[in-house]
Amino acid sequence: MAEYVIVGNGVAAAGCIEGIRSLDSEGRITVISAEKHPVYCRPLISYYLEGKTDIKRIGYRDRDFYDRMCCRVLYGVRAVGIDNEKRVVMMDDGAELPYTALCVATGSSPFVPPFEGLDKVEKKFGFMTLDDALGLEKVIDGDSRVLIVGAGLIGLKCAEGIVNRVGSVTVCDLSDRVLSSILDTECAAMIQSHLEKHGITFHLNDSVSRFESHKAVLRSGQSVDFDVLVLAVGVRANTAIVRDIGAAVNRGIIVDENMRTSLDGIYAAGDCSEALDISSGQKKVMAILPNAYMQGYAAGIGMAGGSEVFDKAIPMNSIGFFGLHVMTAGTYEGELYEEKTETSVRRLYIKDSCLKGFMLVNCGERAGIYTSMIRERIPLSSVNFEILKKVATTAAFSKEIRRSKFGGSV
Amino acid sequence: MKRIYVDEQWCLGCHLCEYNCAFANSGLSDMAYALKGKPIYPRIHIEGTDRISYAVSCRHCEDPICVKSCIAGALSRENGVIRIDGDRCVGCYTCVLVCPFGALAPDKDGVMQKCELCLQNSCGEPACVKGCPNKAIVYEER
Repeated sequence: MAEYVIVGNGVAAAGCIEGIRSLDSEGRITVISAEKHPVYCRPLISYYLEGKTDIKRIGYRDRDFYDRMCCRVLYGVRAVGIDNEKRVVMMDDGAELPYTALCVATGSSPFVPPFEGLDKVEKKFGFMTLDDALGLEKVIDGDSRVLIVGAGLIGLKCAEGIVNRVGSVTVCDLSDRVLSSILDTECAAMIQSHLEKHGITFHLNDSVSRFESHKAVLRSGQSVDFDVLVLAVGVRANTAIVRDIGAAVNRGIIVDENMRTSLDGIYAAGDCSEALDISSGQKKVMAILPNAYMQGYAAGIGMAGGSEVFDKAIPMNSIGFFGLHVMTAGTYEGELYEEKTETSVRRLYIKDSCLKGFMLVNCGERAGIYTSMIRERIPLSSVNFEILKKVATTAAFSKEIRRSKFGGSV
Repeated sequence: MKRIYVDEQWCLGCHLCEYNCAFANSGLSDMAYALKGKPIYPRIHIEGTDRISYAVSCRHCEDPICVKSCIAGALSRENGVIRIDGDRCVGCYTCVLVCPFGALAPDKDGVMQKCELCLQNSCGEPACVKGCPNKAIVYEER
């Protein structure tokens, strides 16, 4: 009987379990979960603090998910090594778990630069796990002054989640703009100003030079007094467990389109892995949830003896702050078309006669039509791009494409 | 599985399907009371150009990218029907970012909505189909 072991218990692991069970209802599945929670979606922790979800609803699957999937979960233990000759995973409690196929879905960890004086800060948190959010929730009150280092997706969602529960929120970042990984200067400025209207203060182009117990001295010489510190500088893929045994690893674990690592019998999926971004043609870590699920699912199918290709990965993000939604996808290369109003920006990037990327601020209706054009590499010669410049609609497609998409008589 | 299909040859773009949809999902028994003078949030919508129009609603894909992408686990596939649990939806719009048909849109509170074929509401059969004056919208097996 097959022995499937999954290291990690996030969304990629859930995808992997469902992938395995789509082919094999018999084999034994064991999940190694360092966190003591059933699978939940990391991005929901800010919604938890904001009150848009709760502990009961934050779970990614229903309560009896693991039972239904006949899946054993080992909570509160870590995988510390792999012997791929003997086909066992070594655990931190000394146990060894045998496997016939292994999926590494270890996710990523916060990257903390060596800040001077950080050890003097008593109340400090990352913002990656449910326990981070629960810990943060315990120490904040209506008077807390919170400093968040990092104005990326994680830092800003944290800011939104807590701003109405604390006295003040200040965000600093070395970058000259917010969300620098997905937005250009102009779009970033719109988001920043919206966040400022909701009470968040920014120090951009500036970072912490040193900490005192309740004070951060910035490189500019300014200082910020705080009670609680959140570090959201960046994340790094957790690759050590397979790197140690010789797997090909770059910034993430290198996988092929079936999610196989360079080691026989070992797959990887989710934020720990690095895959081909078809919009740019580059291999990169695309630490986003849809990819994690689809990679996990493909890995699960492969582990169970089938073959599922996931070869349409692109970076994409949908993120909103206080009702202002931003959607981005693909790569920002090539010719730019844009439509702007006072409250919205639509930017489309064209290269090699295909849509390669977009940035939409406050105009994301039906954005999936654009996303599918990037993923499917639909040639612009087959669509009416004049219509698409203004709005995402399938009316811009030819009657034939529309007919095949909608299944018949349209 | 039976799905909703639209024949753009017959669709006049009258938007009545949008009103029938909003009413069927309102939980109310008086259509004028439910809809008159109010913004509506239907799960089907008319698209088109100056020459054609057609109604778009969820295709109930066999390999639904919205379900695979939902960050809250709020979307699921049950007996072929893609359903959304509004209680779990956090309004992140990731489904809008990935649906190739543009078939999801939020309600007035930012919670995502989609066509569930009127299987759960008071209508019991697709209200858009039942009310289409030109029979441009059909519900059938293909």
